[in-house]
Amino acid sequence: MPAGLYRALLTVAGAAVAIVLAVAISSVAISVAGASPEAAFAALFNFGESERAVVNGITSMINRSVPLFIAGLAVAVGFRMNLFNIGVEGQYRIAALCAAFVGAQFSLPAPIQILLIIVVAAAVGGLYALIPAVMKVTRGVNEVISTIMLNYIAIQLAAFLVRGPFTGERAKGQLTTSTPTLPESAWFPNLNGLFEMFGLPAPRGGGLWGFLAVAVLLGVAVWVLLERTKFGFEVKASGLNPMAALAAGVKPKKMVIAAMVLSGAIAGLIGLPEILGDKHNFGSNFTPGLGFLGIAVALLGRNRPAGIAVAALLFGFLDRAQGPLQFANVPPSVIAIMQGAIVLLVVVANEITSRMALRREERRAARQLGRHTPVEVAA
Amino acid sequence: MLGKRFGRMAVGTVAGAMLMAAAACGGNSGGDSSASAQPSAGASSDAPKAGALKVGLAFDVGGRGDKSFNDAAYAGLEKAKAELGADIKDLSPASDGSNRGELLRQLADAGYNPIIGVGFAYGEDIKKTAEEYPDIQFAVVDSASNAPNVTGLQFAEEQGSYLAGVAAALKAKSGHVGFVGGVENDLIKKFEAGFVAGVKSVKKDAKIDVKYLTPDGDFSGFKAPDKGKVAAEKMYQDGADIVYHAAGDSGLGVFQAAAAAKKLAIGVDSDQRQTIKEADLQPVIMTSMLKRVDVGVFEFIKAFQGGAKGGSNTVYDLKVDGVGLATTGGEIDDIKDKLDAAKKDIVDGKITVPAKP
Repeated sequence: MPAGLYRALLTVAGAAVAIVLAVAISSVAISVAGASPEAAFAALFNFGESERAVVNGITSMINRSVPLFIAGLAVAVGFRMNLFNIGVEGQYRIAALCAAFVGAQFSLPAPIQILLIIVVAAAVGGLYALIPAVMKVTRGVNEVISTIMLNYIAIQLAAFLVRGPFTGERAKGQLTTSTPTLPESAWFPNLNGLFEMFGLPAPRGGGLWGFLAVAVLLGVAVWVLLERTKFGFEVKASGLNPMAALAAGVKPKKMVIAAMVLSGAIAGLIGLPEILGDKHNFGSNFTPGLGFLGIAVALLGRNRPAGIAVAALLFGFLDRAQGPLQFANVPPSVIAIMQGAIVLLVVVANEITSRMALRREERRAARQLGRHTPVEVAA
Repeated sequence: MLGKRFGRMAVGTVAGAMLMAAAACGGNSGGDSSASAQPSAGASSDAPKAGALKVGLAFDVGGRGDKSFNDAAYAGLEKAKAELGADIKDLSPASDGSNRGELLRQLADAGYNPIIGVGFAYGEDIKKTAEEYPDIQFAVVDSASNAPNVTGLQFAEEQGSYLAGVAAALKAKSGHVGFVGGVENDLIKKFEAGFVAGVKSVKKDAKIDVKYLTPDGDFSGFKAPDKGKVAAEKMYQDGADIVYHAAGDSGLGVFQAAAAAKKLAIGVDSDQRQTIKEADLQPVIMTSMLKRVDVGVFEFIKAFQGGAKGGSNTVYDLKVDGVGLATTGGEIDDIKDKLDAAKKDIVDGKITVPAKP
């Protein structure tokens, strides 16, 4: 069997075993919580009775996946060169706030308005990520610590700005605060036409977020950048072996700053699908936590855009079942257990399969060299 | 070699543990399947009743089990089931609150009508959903009506707080009391305004300390017991005898400070002397200002059954016992006459309680 095929089969088998185990662990958790696992898994796949309910379900699954996918990309760009940008959380929240506020200050033709908002979000996210990058290259501050600390600052700063300087008008009797509502030219057109093309009813709510298209383009762009450019090669080389990369003429400081800023700029876009597609402002009800979830999504997707897309869709699929699970009298917290179990087991499975593949490759190499004892692998 | 053997042992142990877990799971699921079969059987037997009352309710983050606000809403829902024969369903959102609107739509798609959102965070989502489903009636607790088919369920917190103020002023020998508000917004200011008016009605020259834990828009003040404790400690040290809190979970800190200072506190929303878990804190809770969310939810469902339509706010006040004081522990039994007199004056309109400080 060729080594490539063996490796691919191993990966698929590993993922399959991981998911079966995750299902088993979740079943135990569901049983302990006093519900029936069969009902829970039926609820996961129950998208509703009517066509409209099914369309709503699919839409909410994809709408959930879009920001998770962008978050996964942001984290993965750093991970590829062993930079742990835990600050995606803070970067996207401060960026979303600034973009929503700036976008509400003027009204231009829709394409320009939306493009400007995207640029502001990416710039703010990138600039905020520049802080830990500069601290790392000039003072050697570990980026894990500095980004975690900067998260707190960003979250508190955003909370202060949205109720203070950046706050918009409030309806009488409304207690939540938000930035001023964006002009209609900033509302990203939805993709409900996709459903109507197949003769299905349009989904309710904000509809299928048009930002999906931007996310797909972003995914392709990140893939090209990492896999098909000199910059991407240098990123990976720095991650795999910083000394070798240095010897080959890659400037490590420049790479840290570039990768961190790129990661932050992508992170800046995480909040935009929700703001441009549905809420049209940044307020008390803005979805938090996507930056941390992005770490899990990136891990699950093995830091590759296609893998991250699958992982984001899987998370979206599971998160969508919050309602249906409760209709089936299953506590919805089993979703979090399932997500955690899948991520952990897939990461473990990846490690095991890559070691198995490595061992086989070393045995093969040893045989070809004419030695009959397998080389001991350093674990 | 040793490493390999260790690895095998580890795998064996893990596999064994998993087998045992699986066996336990099998036993459990066998026992549970009968229990979980019951609700679904009940649901299917309800289904054929065409036009039956189906009430959906969506909680905010934190949802059921808070022994206060949300559980009170659920009590109202259960009462509707018992007394009106309603088919009920309650949903809680994801921990990040990202799917509030989705839950409302899922309830609407499943044929629930009316649908109730518990908590002001539902204001905007209810508005959007109500516009999408104009044939369904919605209600939102603690927020104002913002669409023709939305009823705002609001409470005259200032009236209940007025009674709390009267009780505090009668009981505080030093003539010095305090108020701890969770978040300085219009809702919590109603509590302060009523409390201050109540205290002053008994003792014109009473000293009232007022402290808000966080500014408007920062809702962390509702879940910061540490801040509540610091604020209340200061008031007790300055000589306050009784501190009234309207600070959600932060009230726990107020009770702790009261226990440490051997003084008294007044709870909020539910009868906290009954619901608080810490037994040693129960005696410090002299009374609680009850906000009968259960009454609001039940009355709304009943009114819906009677054909009521939304588009306006319903205020639950002293007249309908939408607010009031808890008597658990009997600490305010001796001043019952005066409290009843104050209540009667408010109900009769002799006293108008200010809603703004």
